[in-house]
Amino acid sequence: MTSSLLFNVTTFVYLLAMLCFFAYLASRNGRVGLAGSLTALAGLLIQSAAIVLRWKESYDLGRGHAPLSNLYESVVFFSWSIVLIFLLLDVRYRYRVIGAFVIPFALFGMAWAQLGLDSGIEPLVPALQSNWLLYHVITCFIGYAAFAVACGISIMYLLQSGKEQADRPAQSGGIAALFPPARVLDDLNYRAIVIGFPLLTLGIITGAAWANYAWGTYWSWDPKETWSLIVWFIYAAFLHARFTRGWIGRRAAWLSIAGFAATIFCYLGVNLLLSGLHSYGG
Amino acid sequence: MTMPCQARGFATALRDGLSSLRLTLFLLFALALTSIIGTVVQQNLAPAEYQQRYGTGTSKLFNALDLFDMYHSWWFLLLLVLLAANLFACSCKRFPAVWRHLRRPTVLMDETLERSLPCREEFPTTVAPEQAAERAAALLLAEFAPPLRTATADGIQLFAQKTPAGRLGAYLVHLSIIVIFGGAIIGSLFGFKAYVSINEGASATTAVSRAGKPIELGFAVRCDDFGVSFYDTGAPREFKSLLTILENGRPVPGYERVPVIVNKPLTYKGITFYQSSYGQADGGIYRFTVRQRSGGTPIPLTLRQGESARLPDGGSMHLLEATDEVSRFIPAVSGPAARIEVHPLRGESSAFIVFANYPGFDEQRGAPLIFTYAGADATMFTGLQVAKDPGVWVVWSGCLLMVAGCYLAFFVSHRRIWVRITPGRVIVAGGASKNQPAFERRFAELAARLRQTIAREDQ
Repeated sequence: MTSSLLFNVTTFVYLLAMLCFFAYLASRNGRVGLAGSLTALAGLLIQSAAIVLRWKESYDLGRGHAPLSNLYESVVFFSWSIVLIFLLLDVRYRYRVIGAFVIPFALFGMAWAQLGLDSGIEPLVPALQSNWLLYHVITCFIGYAAFAVACGISIMYLLQSGKEQADRPAQSGGIAALFPPARVLDDLNYRAIVIGFPLLTLGIITGAAWANYAWGTYWSWDPKETWSLIVWFIYAAFLHARFTRGWIGRRAAWLSIAGFAATIFCYLGVNLLLSGLHSYGG
Repeated sequence: MTMPCQARGFATALRDGLSSLRLTLFLLFALALTSIIGTVVQQNLAPAEYQQRYGTGTSKLFNALDLFDMYHSWWFLLLLVLLAANLFACSCKRFPAVWRHLRRPTVLMDETLERSLPCREEFPTTVAPEQAAERAAALLLAEFAPPLRTATADGIQLFAQKTPAGRLGAYLVHLSIIVIFGGAIIGSLFGFKAYVSINEGASATTAVSRAGKPIELGFAVRCDDFGVSFYDTGAPREFKSLLTILENGRPVPGYERVPVIVNKPLTYKGITFYQSSYGQADGGIYRFTVRQRSGGTPIPLTLRQGESARLPDGGSMHLLEATDEVSRFIPAVSGPAARIEVHPLRGESSAFIVFANYPGFDEQRGAPLIFTYAGADATMFTGLQVAKDPGVWVVWSGCLLMVAGCYLAFFVSHRRIWVRITPGRVIVAGGASKNQPAFERRFAELAARLRQTIAREDQ
């Protein structure tokens, strides 16, 4: 049994979970929805085992480190975090159908990691040899994952509010019939961001503390740092915008989607397009 | 936070602060958008490089707009100052009311308050107010929070609240941003960032700031040794300097041969040294041997970087470059290597690489002279970032404050319950500052228990 095999199984299980959720949308059969959540949970458990196994494998190779050090490992952890946040929301609020809009993000991450990224276990370069790696990456990515979930919910909101405007909610049919009311989606969007924002804040702080240990500068306007601040500004604006009238509902949903786009650029765009301190990929 | 409860509580404050909240949104978006420029236009390059990249006209324009050092430009700093002023003004406007509210909570529920509360229940009772209040107080103490009891003209009122600090979160976050700005200002006024490179065995008393100014450290740092190790993949595993601090030429006890690696700096008298780069100092000696393909004993050759050596056939050899780990450049092989240029007396000059770990390699070149590389006795230098930042602890306190503030602002709800007992009637009402649905469930439970408890001994 290798971690690589388990990651492949995980990808397949997330595909199954996504199909279950799509089938749930089509059939509106509660059991199919439950199957989707249980499949996602199974995927999360298999993936957790795979991450632990990869951690052990790195020690067997004499390069022992937490599996959070390069693009492949971070994409895998990102997927794991997305499913974790989704399942927490599912347990807490029981709007299962959100899975149809969130699990695809996790599946896409896993598929990209397995098919397109170098999965070799590389030794840690000196700059990464620090416990801050763990604190920094975990806080950042669970935060990013919460934003991914918020983005999925916002897309649902836009579909649903369009529907509610077009006809009366009682008469609405089609895929949106299963959707929670727009008001609830708006609230869930806010709740997901309320999880993500403090974690992003912690991620930026742990990153600054680490930079201070490694280079003696807690902030150097490196592109990655600057983009994380841009993302922080956008979600800070989102939180403040809720206190003024016109900024709930559709505008909040768009702002949440824009925030996630900026998050993805901060995560991938900066690494792939701009040069800076995070050039090793995480 | 849910809207209904909050919208009501905030409504008046909101109308007053609307203009400044709009300013907040404007500033947050403006900062986000302008920050992007600095990630696309590389910052702080040499002027010549900008000219080459953007052409004379564009680079003049960009320079006039301060785009090449935009995070220190007057307009970016102005945005930051405005943000600080805006959240300071905003907080100043609202905080006193919130503070009064917490210091002297509304313990009496009048009709206006009662109507404004999202949760409310009412039931008749035959128990005397005195006894009903006692039972209700005991239940609140056990299940919710210690209640405050007030006698009124028509009966008795109880008031209990949980985690009022939840209301302070936003102000704590605002304050933390100002504290962090303060720390950054202290750091830039009273600290410095500099660089020093020290050869093995040598010491330095000054560092060079980023602006190119020399900075006296007030003591000396000696580099006793520098070492670098590699993984089998050729990736660097560790850079390590052994540093000694000298005061008046004498080592300071406790600061002798201190190992400094990346992520493990050395601090002395508020000045911190970070391992950042390394290289071969001038003056290293490189050892080669050369032998004739036709036979004979190998002849040793030693030369320094850039030097030439005379060969047995009367030609010469020139050292172009050397490395102590070639796998960084050629992943298939490892160990020290040197690129040399040979000018034989007869025939063509040629440049090629010799590897210390593969002494037989050069034979395959087929030339009459066969070279081997035996490695270098190179002196290394260590490159250290030098930083002094007396504001850094202020920044960390600000960060802690921000984390605490975020926790209070997002996850701690201020919950309040009033019980008004008049002869024959009990009214329970309450509200929460956040997560109203969860409070509503809890409130319904509590109200049912209160009704039961008060009625119980009556039967």
